Order: sequence, then C-alpha cells, then structure tokens
Amino acid sequence: MRPEWTDFVTGKWDKEVNVRDFIQRNYTPYDGDEAFLAGPTQNTKDLWNQVLDLQKQERAAGGVLDMDTKVVSTITSHGPGYLDKSKETIVGFQTDKPFKRSLQPYGGIRMAEKACADNGYTVDPEISEFFSTHRKTHNAGVFDAYTPEMRACRTAHIITGLPDAYGRGRIIGDYRRVALYGIDRLIEDKEDQKASTGRVMTDDVIRLREEISEQITALKMMKQMAASYGCDISKPAANVQEAIQWTYFGYLCAVKEQNGAAMSLGRTSTFLDVYAERDLKNGTFTEEQIQEFVDHFIMKLRCVKFARTPEYNQIFAGDPVWVTESLGGVGIDGRPLVTKMSFRYLNTLNNLGASPEPNLTVLWSTRLPEGWKKFCAKMSIKTSSIQYENDDLMRVTHGDDYGIACCVSSMRIGKEMQFFGARANVAKCLLYALNGGIDEVTKKQVGPKYRPVTGDVLDYDDVMEKFTDMLEWQAEVYVNTLNIIHYMHDKYCYERAQMALHDRDVRRYFATGVAGLSIVADSLSAIKYAKVEVVRDEDGIIVDFKTTGDFPKYGNDDDRVDSIAQEIVHKFMTAIRRHHVYRDGFPTTSILTITSNVTYGKATGNTPDGRRKGQPFAPGANPMHGRDTHGAVASLSSVSKLPFNDAQDGISNTFTIIPSALGKDDQIFAGDIEVDLSK
Amino acid sequence: MSGRIHSLESFGTVDGPGTRFVVFVQGCPMRCAYCHNPDTWAMTGGTIMEASEIIEQYERNKPFYQNGGGLTVTGGEPLMQIDFLIELFTLCKEKGIHTCIDTSGIAYKPTNTEYNAKLDHLMTMTDLVMLDIKHIDPEKHKELTKQPNDGILAFAAYLNEKKVDMWIRHVVVPGITDDEEYLYKLGYFIGQFTNLKALDVLPYHDMAKKKYKELNIDYALKDVKPMDKNLIPEKKQFILNGIKKRREEMGIAK
Repeated sequence: MRPEWTDFVTGKWDKEVNVRDFIQRNYTPYDGDEAFLAGPTQNTKDLWNQVLDLQKQERAAGGVLDMDTKVVSTITSHGPGYLDKSKETIVGFQTDKPFKRSLQPYGGIRMAEKACADNGYTVDPEISEFFSTHRKTHNAGVFDAYTPEMRACRTAHIITGLPDAYGRGRIIGDYRRVALYGIDRLIEDKEDQKASTGRVMTDDVIRLREEISEQITALKMMKQMAASYGCDISKPAANVQEAIQWTYFGYLCAVKEQNGAAMSLGRTSTFLDVYAERDLKNGTFTEEQIQEFVDHFIMKLRCVKFARTPEYNQIFAGDPVWVTESLGGVGIDGRPLVTKMSFRYLNTLNNLGASPEPNLTVLWSTRLPEGWKKFCAKMSIKTSSIQYENDDLMRVTHGDDYGIACCVSSMRIGKEMQFFGARANVAKCLLYALNGGIDEVTKKQVGPKYRPVTGDVLDYDDVMEKFTDMLEWQAEVYVNTLNIIHYMHDKYCYERAQMALHDRDVRRYFATGVAGLSIVADSLSAIKYAKVEVVRDEDGIIVDFKTTGDFPKYGNDDDRVDSIAQEIVHKFMTAIRRHHVYRDGFPTTSILTITSNVTYGKATGNTPDGRRKGQPFAPGANPMHGRDTHGAVASLSSVSKLPFNDAQDGISNTFTIIPSALGKDDQIFAGDIEVDLSK
Repeated sequence: MSGRIHSLESFGTVDGPGTRFVVFVQGCPMRCAYCHNPDTWAMTGGTIMEASEIIEQYERNKPFYQNGGGLTVTGGEPLMQIDFLIELFTLCKEKGIHTCIDTSGIAYKPTNTEYNAKLDHLMTMTDLVMLDIKHIDPEKHKELTKQPNDGILAFAAYLNEKKVDMWIRHVVVPGITDDEEYLYKLGYFIGQFTNLKALDVLPYHDMAKKKYKELNIDYALKDVKPMDKNLIPEKKQFILNGIKKRREEMGIAK
C-alpha cells in the first residue's frame, strides 16, 4: 500500500486502474444542509478581483487580450503562468500568462490564422508555412476526402456546424486518475496495454499501438509540465490540495492541446471529497482551506480560453468552453453520490459570483437528499447558473460514474468517449422533400432529384412519405461526412492527453444531432390538422405557405402532435443506424441545439408551421417560442415524451422562468394566519 | 358534464398550496376595475370541456402535483358553473386530488335554496376556498366591482359554518383599497371566522393593461400606479390588527 493511500479502504482500485471502485469504497455521503460551508478568503477575493480586472481589460480590447502567434501549444510548450503566485493554492494556465490564448493549428491552420487575424494578430509566417506544406491538419485532410455532395450540403446548411475545421471536443479524460495513481503508475498501465495488443498487424492494431505510444508521450509531458510548477505528479496525490491540483493538471494538459467544441471536466467532486474527509479528520486542513482550494480550482476553470473566430462564436452564441462538471446523482447501490464537496462546488457561485463556466450540472434524482435539493434550488434562484440532468434516466445505461460532456452528452468516465457530430437540419430537410431536393434559399439542387410535391394543398401522407425518403438521404450523407471527419481527426489531431486517461478499449459513441424538431412536428401537424396551401415562386419552387385553421402544437402535452415529434426522432435514428460508422462507433443522436438555433434559423426558409424565413429555431427539443400555451408542466411533458432510446446523446430543454412565477417571495401557507398573528 | 373553460395552466404556483393544475373557467359577473383577466368576463366563448378531460390532463402529469399541490379552479368565476364543479370535484375526490376554489363569492345568495343545496354538496368535496374580498365597504365595493358585497360577506360566514378552510385574498390598490380604516374593518370582519387559515395580501399591478387594449375595453385605473410591494407588510398589519381585535373580543385564542 502506497503511503499516499493511508486510511483508504482497499479493493480492486489499488490493483488496477479503477477510480469508481475507489470512490464507492471510500466516499462519505452527506445528507445535511449548507450550514458548514465557508466563505471566500482574502486571497480568494484578491485573486478573483484580478480576474475580474483582466476580464474588463479583455472586453475593452475587443474580446481578446493576448494571443500566442509564435509557439504552437503542446503540453510542455509554455512555462508556468500565474495570477499571483504567493496567493494561488491551485496553479496552472494554458500559456505562460492568464488570458493569453494559445495557438492550436492541428485542427486547421486556416482556422487558427483566421482566429488570429480577426482579432488583430498574425500567425508567424513560418508556422503558417509549416502547417500548410510540411504538416497536414485535420481540416486539410477532411477536405481532401469530401465529395461534392458533402460540400454542397455543408454550404447549404442542411448539415451544419460540422467539426471539420476545429477540434471536435466532447472527450472527457478521467483526470482523477492523475491524482489517485500518479503518472508513473498510469504509464506502467499504458505499457501493459501496448504489450497486450494483437500480433497480427491489421490497420486497427497498428493504429492502437501508435495511439498508445502517443498517450505515453503525453503522460511523460504531463509530468514535465507539472514539474515546471514545482509539483511532482509522478506519485499519487497525498492530500486534498494535491488531489485537486493533480486533477486540474490532467485537465490543463487537455486544454493546452485541444481547442475542442466542448472541453468538459467530468465528475470530480465526490472523488475529491474522499481526500477532503481524510484531511478534515486528520486536521491536515480546515473547511476554510478546503473551500479556498476549490474556489481557486474553479477560478482556473473560469479562465480557460481558446482562440476562435467570430463565425465560431456566432454558431455557439459566444465563446463557450463547456467545462461541464457533473455533481450528485445516485449510486447503483442506492446511496446518493452527494458529498460535502458537491456543496463546495456550488458554493463557488457564492464565493466568486454567478458564472456560466464551469457548467455545473446537477445529476438529478428523486432520491437525492432533501438538503441538497433545497441548496440546488436556492443556488439556481440566486445565480441561474445550474444545469440539471435526469440521473434516474441515464443511470440505467451509464451506471453511476458517468459524466456529461458539453451540455447533455453522457459517457462513462475513462471508459467511453464520443465522436461529436454537430447536427442535421431536419426543418430544411422537410423543405427539400417538398421541393425535390432544391434548396429553398439558394434555389440550387442540393439533395437528390426526388419527385417534388404537386398541387396547391399539402397532403399529410404524401408529405410524410416524401419527407421520410429525404430523411434517409440526409442521414446517409450526414453519417458519411462524419466518417471522414473522425477518421481525419484521429489521424491529424489526436487527443493523446485525454485518451491517455482512458482505458485501452473504449466505447466510441458516434454522435449525430437534430435541429429543428419542433418546427417539423408543428409543420406536419399543420398539414394534418389544418389546411396548408403552398406558394410557389416564378420557378415553381415552394417558398411560402398559407395555413388556414388551427392545429395542435408541440409543447402542450397533446399526443396528436407529440406523437409526430416522437415519430420523427425514431425515423431519423433508424436512418442513421442503417449506415456503417467509423471505428465501430455506437450511433446516437441528440436534440440539443442550445445556442446554434439562431444561426440555423437564418439559413432556413419559411416553414409550414408559420415560422418565417430567418426566424430562429427553438433551442434543443424546446417547443417553438410562445406556442406552448398550457404552462410549464405541459411543455416539459411534451419534451419528456421524446424517446431517450432514439436520442441517447441527450435531449435538452431550455427553461426560463421569472422567479415570481415559481412562487411568491413570501410564500403563503395554510396555517400562516397563526404565525402572522403571533408576530 | 361539460364546463366553459378559458384555459388550463399546468404549472400554477401562486393559486393555492404547492404546485397546482389550474383551471380558468370562462365567465364572471364581477367587473373589478383592476381585474387582470378581462378575457374571462364574457359568459359565452371559451372552450367546452368535459370534467373527465380535465382530470385526464391532470393525471398525465400528477407527479408534479403530488407533494402538497393539487387542482385549483379559478377564472372567471368558478361558482357560476356549480354543476360542472360538482362533477369535477367528484372525480377529484375519487382520485384523492386536493381541491381548491379561487372565488369572489359573488354567486352566493343566502336565500337561493336550490343553489345552496348544490353548494352544500360541493363544499363536502372542497379542501380550500380562497375568497377574494375586494372591499369591505358596501358602497366602495360597488364602485370598484359593479356588484354588492353582502352575498360575498355572507359566503365567508357560510364557509365558516361548513368548516371549509378559507384563505382570504385582498388586492391593495393605491388610493382605492389601501386605506387603514377599511383594511382594519376587513380584518375585524374576517377575525370572527375560525376557518380562516391564511391571509394573502397582494399588491395591485397594471400588467393587464395590454389585454384591455387588445379587447378594446377601457381601463378604469389608467391613472393608478402599481402598488409598491414593500408597503404590503404594513398594509397587511392593518388587517391583522383587525383580526386580533375581533378575536380578543370573541375570546378566540390568538
């Protein structure tokens, strides 16, 4: 037994890499309230003021304070960076100073150049030359393989937001492994894995051996990077401060090398609580100190930044990193996974103020302890900064050590990863079905020349049949496009740091996505229950609709239309499943356009539901704005009918409510009169 | 039995205890100057719905209403559709649903025996009545609502006699219902009832102005400013003082 593991209950975890086993044997569930929490220390306040000041400077500078143009970012490319070394208890920045964005050209040199140019910087010409001539990037690889049809679909935005010029993200390394085992043990494990590959050198075996070698290199570099901050992470962490620091170093290596669309953290709080409990018991640290470590850790996560272009920011409505951390949930043995550390994470919203990052995500179960539920509700009301996901639903397929990447993509930490696949615009696909593959905006033939709709009034059965055919086409070109993307990403922009913190044989989710679901559901409902006449332009292309009569709208708990939404999701997923996917991936889909719904709307013409050309789509699986007229429960109920089995990568619903609609400030209860009178 | 329904709200948090399924009925004889649902006044219109359809919708999402919530009928004036309410609440009680009526009490006439027999029956299935007393003074009440308040006040006594839990709601409108004397009188009046369980004092707001414009109805309070909600505890205290006084006189504990 290693000295760092004194007092821990042993099990499988000390013989093999198995963080879940460690947590299960050692964590202390907490069912109390938030009274034990500590406020910010003076050092925390000082450091946070520094960050706020930097944020102000960054805004004043037009959104970017500093960019690296000469040094290609790797795990070890930059020396240590600090806010104020004497005050920081958790250290490490992506570059040698805070708010300086790193240069990451492996996803695509043109994107890296443009990100610099749009912000007033120029990439060193030697680097540009190197990555254009001598070292191919992911982006270049993808475009070498794309077919003309794929390019046309991309330009017309029927398939959209594809990670073909930037990092795909959505991979969560098990950063806890760094803390629990130390790098040396992880390297040993990877050496064993490499020795365990097949002897016949097929493509798969060759690739696996090369990837494991890359992972080992990354692990060695992690040690070197940590050493530059004066930390020896070759050994396991010996206390909670080190455990947080080691975990953060693991994550930091990932964001030094990958400018991914979502760079999530995983599920770290309950793991770290084991160390905190031991330190509290032994008197190593006080509650104030532990909260300070957590505050400084979260502060660092809030400072993660990437070089991005204005177009990228437009798709994602800002500059999100999606540092998602999953909190709480319930174990498969029925014990809630809520610990004091879960409270401490949410408490950073008190100590540092509200923030969208890290994306604190509560895995919700009806069986969570009451004290935790109340604290979550309270912090939601106070800060609007918490995301909720249904643990009771996901635990069934993912067990109790999964985390969320980005906003809804669930995966077992260190055992599963995802190939992020952006999304298919099904609202546009419906219009293609009506027009025989002609794009309603550009008037170009993008889809196959199927028979268009004839006549002036749309017939439900006719439209549904044509839409189904077009959806089959869309799914095929979509999956094939993604096959190219992920092949090239693995080849030219491999996530070695994150994959070093995974098992050898991971399950790879092949994620797809749907945008415009509520529009298609309402449009088909209008065609079925009202009268929809088409308006054609001079070339005979349907460009508008005249709808008479009322029709059921998705979002009102009305099965007549909710069943249409369910059917579309099922049809889409069935079509996706028909195709070969790269690297034995497990196909899934998501309904989660939280931010890009605005851009997709811009690229899509008038739709039969009455939505005008250019108007935003509803976010995710939300009903269209203003059409859910029966209140929140009915609206949520429509969303909850969507089949999770056909949308395993997640279904999101953006819920906004004014606080007074959640109840009065001064809630009235039966029996209050006695209380009032006794005042 | 069908009712004339204005709309259904699946997530009601301010119309009774807990999270509630709220049924807004169509039609009301009152014309309260500050009414925020003028679209529910007309006795015609709305959607004809069966009581069973409403229960079916409630049942679909009942986990939301189970922890201390239930079903509230408001409007419009629910007690104008008493036969419908009897059927609706009969079904509620079969399902063990907590029932609440949010009413002005205007439909009650002590002498209307036929109606009151029905009311007696309905009250056996009603867990809570939220009675909104607009004004304690008969003349002022008429000015404000175009209706007398004698039946309304009698209704409070009736509920007390039937031992149905009662919450009193009162909207405080600057210059109209915020006078200390009348608030005290209101408290003194309701202080006699032992079925009184809560007092909900609401600040007047003018968010309905838009609706009036759309309906082409003149908004009577266009010159009245919304009530400052910070003044509500003080106004509420006037009513509480009245309740205390009455209870002391009657020897009702606290």
